[in-house]
Amino acid sequence: MSTARDRILARVRSGLGTRAGEVPDRPVRSPAPLARPVHDRVTDFRQRAESLQSTVDHVDEMDAVPLAVARYLAGLPPVTNGMVVWPELAALDWAGAGLAVEARSALSADQVGITGVCCAIAETGTLLLDSGPGHSATASLLPETHIAVVPVAVILERMEEAFAQVLARRGELPRAVNFISGPSRTADIEQTIVIGAHGPRRVHIVLVG
Amino acid sequence: MDATSHSFKRNVHARLGDEALQANLRRFGGGFADRRRDAVGRVDDFEALRDRASEIRAEVLTHLDHWLLAFEAEATRRGTAVHWAETGAEANQILLGIARAAGVQRVIKSKSMVSEESGLNAVLGAAGIEVTETDLGEYILQLADEPPSHIIAPAIHKSRDEVSALFAEHHGTPLTRDIPALCEEARQHLRPRFLQADMGVSGGNFLIAETGSVAIVTNEGNGRMVTTLPRVHVAITGIEKVLPTLDDLSAILRVLPRSATGQDITNYVSVLTGTRDAGADDGPEQNHVILVDNGRSRLLGGALHDALRCIRCGACMNHCPVYQNIGGHAYGWVYPGPIGAILTPAFLGLEKALDLPQASTLCAACEVVCPVRIPLPELMRTLREQEMEQGLRPWHERLSIRLWRWLALHPALYAVATRWGIRVLRWLAGKDGQVHRLPGLDGWTEGRDMPAPQGSTFRDQWRTQLAAREAQGKARAAATPVAMAAAGAARSKAP
Ligand code: SF4
Repeated sequence: MSTARDRILARVRSGLGTRAGEVPDRPVRSPAPLARPVHDRVTDFRQRAESLQSTVDHVDEMDAVPLAVARYLAGLPPVTNGMVVWPELAALDWAGAGLAVEARSALSADQVGITGVCCAIAETGTLLLDSGPGHSATASLLPETHIAVVPVAVILERMEEAFAQVLARRGELPRAVNFISGPSRTADIEQTIVIGAHGPRRVHIVLVG
Repeated sequence: MDATSHSFKRNVHARLGDEALQANLRRFGGGFADRRRDAVGRVDDFEALRDRASEIRAEVLTHLDHWLLAFEAEATRRGTAVHWAETGAEANQILLGIARAAGVQRVIKSKSMVSEESGLNAVLGAAGIEVTETDLGEYILQLADEPPSHIIAPAIHKSRDEVSALFAEHHGTPLTRDIPALCEEARQHLRPRFLQADMGVSGGNFLIAETGSVAIVTNEGNGRMVTTLPRVHVAITGIEKVLPTLDDLSAILRVLPRSATGQDITNYVSVLTGTRDAGADDGPEQNHVILVDNGRSRLLGGALHDALRCIRCGACMNHCPVYQNIGGHAYGWVYPGPIGAILTPAFLGLEKALDLPQASTLCAACEVVCPVRIPLPELMRTLREQEMEQGLRPWHERLSIRLWRWLALHPALYAVATRWGIRVLRWLAGKDGQVHRLPGLDGWTEGRDMPAPQGSTFRDQWRTQLAAREAQGKARAAATPVAMAAAGAARSKAP
């Protein structure tokens, strides 16, 4: 008995005149053109991230990150519920900056999620977060405020390089590769853009280096 | 979804007379075109990006079988269960089977147009499974029990007051005109549903063959929730959505958001592969992809083949003067606007959507903006031809075209007929030179007057002018024969 799969493939092949096992010859292409040229990765990344309503800070070294985060949070309504952080950032001196962080994945009630990134993209001002042990995807999704720590060395030019980076680091794609470009938003009522739909209302980026 | 595309004319009539809808269409419809124009203006060479995107989509389609199998092999290797459905109904049954086997009671959905094709929500509902749409527009429509009227802004036909009234009715909250407050209300209301659901159903903007991944593009973050929080994730999508590589995805994403909402990039692009990573504490335990044919394979290699390049950006409807006036519901099925005028008859059968390919002035605004360069007007013309060939047009239309053809083949008669036509129209127009009512063709004059023809027929004018020019030429030649001959001699000496 033929299956739906067989019948669909048979129709596809009869329409196209292809045969099973035929491997298409794709032309080798130069990299796709960039939509907007990247002159300086850090400056362009920063400017484009800001145009997506992310806020951006820049510190010299990793050790300065907790204080920068504390400075940013001081300008927001006080954090009464959880502040979670990716384990790889837990060793920073958060307590010294007066912040009580927990290294775990986020729950819905948590207010701040602090994450690292796999890399960032200058062409669009985008962050790339890969899922995996210690890389909780919920930390950048459930809390109202997402803070991403981005070493300037990981800012790449384009999305193609970002994919290559993930593959180089992980061998194959993890469950989720999330490209994040600013706080969540909707325009579903009267085409009016409202920031803060189901995901974070704020994305704050701390550049390092 | 039940289609009403066969009664397009009646649908249009109702929509044109609906003042509230007309006001909404006028107020919210134009923004897309402006935003797209601005986004394209920020790009160095948007045409080059469109070229690349079109080439990629065209290449995939010519070997769709290969790319589907490549996707299936890699997705399976990564732990995704790949299912094939010939029809929407089959897709629903597959999904129901997955839900039952996993003991699912609550489903959250992010936007999936294929699930609109199949009418999935009703089937799950009938099986006692609670389904919640989580895209804000789709959620509003679920409360209103209406289908989407736009492929990327499903509730564009509703005003804030209508949304507020729906929320008041279903959430028991006071009315408000504050749009951010309405969005906040939906967020508060839907958050617990995200957390409680056992299954997330998403569409799939693209399938990536080299990695066996599903790519999902959203702004609200609901797509991420749906694919991260529940223990089962099912993506349901059309068989034409494959892209060979991640680089191809990157190239296509340079045109999709710009063409759709005028964003340089959508807020969230999620590339999802397999199930939860070993050692991670979020991500689904089960991942399924349902590949749905539902009429697509029949189009391959045929006259409508190119329509399958579509990446569902919505630009064609955002720029369509017909869509802008009648809204999406008039088209009567899942896909409105120019692409809907092609896909609806293609998927449902030409006889079920006879008037859709006619619902265009062929102004080609859609073709000018389509990021994958689908020749939409040409495809509509093809469908019109097919309707004629298959004798599907109404008898009076066929008769009048035959009459016109006969007349056009008899130039002398044609000249007489047009001369008389002008006279009749002038007589009908009366003193103000405007025809207010055309007997037998009142549809044309219902909403506007038709100016009566001025002067004589084109052929009469042509003949008069030609005669005048010849007479002039002769007169000039007769007046200055020497000068003309000298000028000719000078010209022939030039190197
Ligand atoms: S036909 Fe072209 S413009 Fe219309 S939705 Fe598809 S890709 Fe966009």
